[in-house]
Parts: sequence; C-alpha cells; structure tokens
Amino acid sequence: MTDHLLEVRDLHVDIPLGHSTLHAVRGIDFHVDRGELVCLVGESGCGKSLTSLALMGLLPSRARRRAAALRFAGAELTTLPERRMADLRGNRMAMIFQEPMTSLNPAYTIGNQLTEALSRHRKVTAAQARDRAVHLLERVGITAAASRLGQYPHQLSGGLRQRVMIAMALMCGPELIIADEPTTALDVTIQAQILHLLRELQQEFGMAVVLITHDLGVVARVADRVAVMYAGEIVETGPVASLFAAPSHPYTRGLLACIPVPGRTRPGEMLGSIPGIVPSLTGRLEGCAFRNRCGEARDACAGPVPWRQGLAGQAVRCVGAA
Amino acid sequence: MLRFALRRLGVAIAVAFTVSLACFLLLHLSGDLATSIAGPEATAAQIEAVRKQYGLDRPLVTQFADWLWHAVQLDFGRSYYFQDRVIDLIASRLPVTMILGGLALAFALIVAIPLGVIAAIKRDSWIDRLALVIAVLGQAMPSFWFGLTLIIVFSVQLRWLPASGADSWQGFILPVVALGYYATPAIMRLTRTGMLDVLGSDYIRTARAKGLRTGTIMFKHALRNAIIPVIALAAVQLGFMLGGSLVIEAVFSLHGLGYLAWEAIARNDYPVMQAIVLILASIYILLTLGADLLNAAIDPRIRVR
Repeated sequence: MTDHLLEVRDLHVDIPLGHSTLHAVRGIDFHVDRGELVCLVGESGCGKSLTSLALMGLLPSRARRRAAALRFAGAELTTLPERRMADLRGNRMAMIFQEPMTSLNPAYTIGNQLTEALSRHRKVTAAQARDRAVHLLERVGITAAASRLGQYPHQLSGGLRQRVMIAMALMCGPELIIADEPTTALDVTIQAQILHLLRELQQEFGMAVVLITHDLGVVARVADRVAVMYAGEIVETGPVASLFAAPSHPYTRGLLACIPVPGRTRPGEMLGSIPGIVPSLTGRLEGCAFRNRCGEARDACAGPVPWRQGLAGQAVRCVGAA
Repeated sequence: MLRFALRRLGVAIAVAFTVSLACFLLLHLSGDLATSIAGPEATAAQIEAVRKQYGLDRPLVTQFADWLWHAVQLDFGRSYYFQDRVIDLIASRLPVTMILGGLALAFALIVAIPLGVIAAIKRDSWIDRLALVIAVLGQAMPSFWFGLTLIIVFSVQLRWLPASGADSWQGFILPVVALGYYATPAIMRLTRTGMLDVLGSDYIRTARAKGLRTGTIMFKHALRNAIIPVIALAAVQLGFMLGGSLVIEAVFSLHGLGYLAWEAIARNDYPVMQAIVLILASIYILLTLGADLLNAAIDPRIRVR
C-alpha cells in the first residue's frame, strides 16, 4: 500500500456515441503526492480534461468511468457513493475550471458563492465564512476584498473572476486542487500572474495540484512532475527537469520543438510542428497511437508497447526508446 | 434600480396613451357613432340630436382630449346602455375577473413549474413523456370545450361543484382550472427548456464541484436562472387570461370584465368599450412592468441595461 495522496490505476473514460463508443481516456496510471504539482500535458482532445472531471466525479452523465483503482487520501473513489463523493468535493479536493467568465452563477454575489462552499462542509457562522472569504480574496490578490463580496460576477474582469474561482477552491483548505487549463481563457499578461499565484499558494498551503494544460511553457515554469498525454494515454512521465532535458518519446520531443525558447530560437526561424492527425478514438487502438505521425516508427510499434523506466524517475512508452 | 423602474414606467405610460388613441380612432373609423347609437329607425333629426347630446359633433381632437382629460381622473363618463357611471360598472366587474385570472395563473404556475423542473431533471423518463402529453392536450383543447367537459363531469355527474355563478368560492374552482390549464403547457415547456439549458452550464458544474447538495443545486443555482424567461411569459399569459376570460366567463356565467366587454360590444356602448380597452391595456402593461422589475431583482445583469 502506497501513501500517495492520489493514485490512479488503469483509468478509462468511454463516451457512447450511438453505434460506436469513443474511448477518450484509455487506461492511464499516475499518482500525486502531498504538496506536489503535477502537470498533465497534451493537445486538445487527448483526454486530459475528461481525466480531471473523472477524478472529481463530475463527468457528463453519458460518459462512463472505470478504473482499477482511484484512491484519494486512502478512500477508494470508484466505489464511493455519490453522497460521500459530494462530501469530498469542494472540501478535500477542489477544482478550478477553464472558463472563468461562465463558471460563476450570474444571479448571486461573489460573497454568497464563496461562503456557501465553506458552510456546505464546515459548521461555521455567517460571519466566520465571510471573514474567511475576505481573507482568501485578499490572499489571491483582490483589492478592496470586503466590498467585492457584494458584487456580481458580471462586474468583474476575467482575471478577477479566475482569482475568485481560486479563492473559492481554497475555502475549505483542500489537500488537492485540480486546475483544468486555468489560464487558457485569460490575457497573456494575466496568465503569468495567475500561474505564479497558483504555484505560490500550492507551496504556502502545502497542497497537491494537478494542473491540466496544453502549454509546455506553463509546465516548465511550475511543475514538479509531468505526464504527457496522447490520444487518451500517458506516453511519458517524469520529473520536469529531466523530462525537458532528455525527452525520450518522439511525441514529447515533437512538442518541445514546437515552443520557442528565448535566447535559443533565432528570429525568423521556423518553429517545429508535428505532421499528421490524431487517430480516431472510436475503435480499438493496437500498439502505439502515435506511430502514424512518428518519424521513427518501425514494425514493432504495431505490437504491445511496454513501459520503460529511465533514469531519475522518468518512464516512457515507446518501442524505440533506449 | 430606481432609475430603471422610472424609465420603464415612462415607457408604460406612453404605451397606454398610444393604445387609447388607437382604440378611439378605430371606434370612430368603424362608422358614424351617432347613427349606430340612435338605432336603425331613427330620423335624421334624431341622429343629429344624439350627435349633439353625446358631443360627437365636436372635432375628433377635442373629443379625444376631453375623454383623456377625464380618463386620467378615472372618469369614463356614463354607459349608454346601463346608464350607470362606467367606472362603477368596471369596479363591480373587475374583481371577478382579477380573482379568476390571478387564481388561474397561480394554478398554472403551481402545476407547470414543478412539472417542468422534474421533466428536465428526469429527461426522457416516463414523467417527462407524461408532461409532454399534458402539454399537447392543453394546447389542443379549446378552453370552452374543456370548461364544458369539467361542468359535465364535476357538476352534472359527480355533483361536487357548482356549474355556474360566483356566489361561493367553490364556484371559482372549475373556471380557474379551465382557464389555468390553458396557460400550463407554455409555462411548463419553457421551464423545462430553461432548466435543461441551465443544468448544462458551467456554473452548475462549479456548484457540483463545491459538493453542494442536489436540492441546493436545483433550486438555488438552477431554478433561479431558468425562471427568468418564465416570469415574462407568465405575465403575458396572465394578460391573455384576463382578456380571454370572456369565453370562460360566458361558459360559467361569471359576471366579470370579459362578460361586460361582450355586453358593451353587442349594444354599441362606446364609453364602456373604450374604458375596458384602456383598463385591460393598463393591466397588461403593469403586468409586463412588474415582470421586468421582478426579473431585474432576480438577475443583476438586467439592472444595468
């Protein structure tokens, strides 16, 4: 028995589509330790958002989740009744979403929406909940926090709303925060601020964070460990420094070639791109899902692809990896 | 909020004025009023006498200004037929119609909103189908036919409720159901659509992510947003019910405003007709104004528009 805060083994998410089934997440394993920031990175449609919703038990009703194990702080989530799951949500595990503009209820004040998160899970007076909300709004960098409580979401900018969402996730002092592309919908200047804030809060409160992103620049700046997802599978995982220094999977290498590096990428130089398209996820996929786009593909890629352990905790699923 | 209310009130007064003017002009365009009041056998001299007596010989502008001046003081003149003051006639008839319309709306809301919410939550279940059947039946049945059916079943055969009259509260039950059922389908379908829309929204996902209980999510977070279009619709439906209660009032022999309108039209009682149009228009305008204000109270985003 391990003492990981979150342990995911063989997680699948299937979405029935009339005659066929979309296998959006196809058997992923990863874990998150207390106080650790893990990035799930991959392009659109690779299943990273569905993975985050599956962890929270927030999948759309038609999606099917199954897993060999989904353990959070000693509790097995796959067999937990919905009522007990709701007791965990917003309490010991909280979530921050991609769309701050639409994620707050337009009909209620910020204060109302912040305090209800706390009063749902803790026995607190209205004044205590209010104090906690003011304190956290200040902590996430919102000025005049007390007067913001009476404001409605439409009176705030996107960046401010995302700060409110972060404060809301922190209300009960969760052990795990899942942030699904929290900066994607924001202006570039705000993105860096929010990211910095998340990292700071994570270290200050000793929380574990799962950060979902498609932006390797984000990963490099904040992550402790990275899991690279492709077509519903994790293809490479490891500590951020060693993975960036020595990417083993051709897909990871391709992704890294796509981002400009200040000082190394010369002006006017072409950035890399990965040719081809992601395979259809409706049928069964045999072998390596990336092989039709891979420059190093060989016959063995059509067969089963085992995990190979590398140095310093790195692991990769590639036939060609040394 | 006060500025919003005042601006809406200004618009409401302008609409009431326009409706009165349109009604006045339409009445005068419908033919020579003096001729129709005097009756088919009147001589030319008698028609002229009527014209003078009722002030119909004056220029139209003067007539309208005179009517308007008195109307804003709630003086609508005397009925040609009943000889009573129009305001007294309306005051004696309006309560019946208001009670009927108000109760019918309450009935419609009490049935339609829970049914719409359940249909949305249990989408495609048997209860959703049943709600659809109720809606289709409600829209397909003419209200006079449904009213007569109710009378046959509950008054004639079961003898539970009176078939006509407003002497006791029991007399209101059947007309309220008949009139209210007419408004139920639209309100129910709109509640269902609104709830389905809202339940798929990001802020409901946020509410679930906070671990809130299903009841809190449905009634605090979802229904409050889904109900906004329903309020506007309910106001319009109540307006329709007040205006259209004529049929139900006739079926159940309730002497309300709708019945009075029918009597006035049949007897060329112009002052009564004109007053009823203004009163109904004003009620309609007040209802939509009330709905706007209620919506502004529910949805903070409306207040700034």
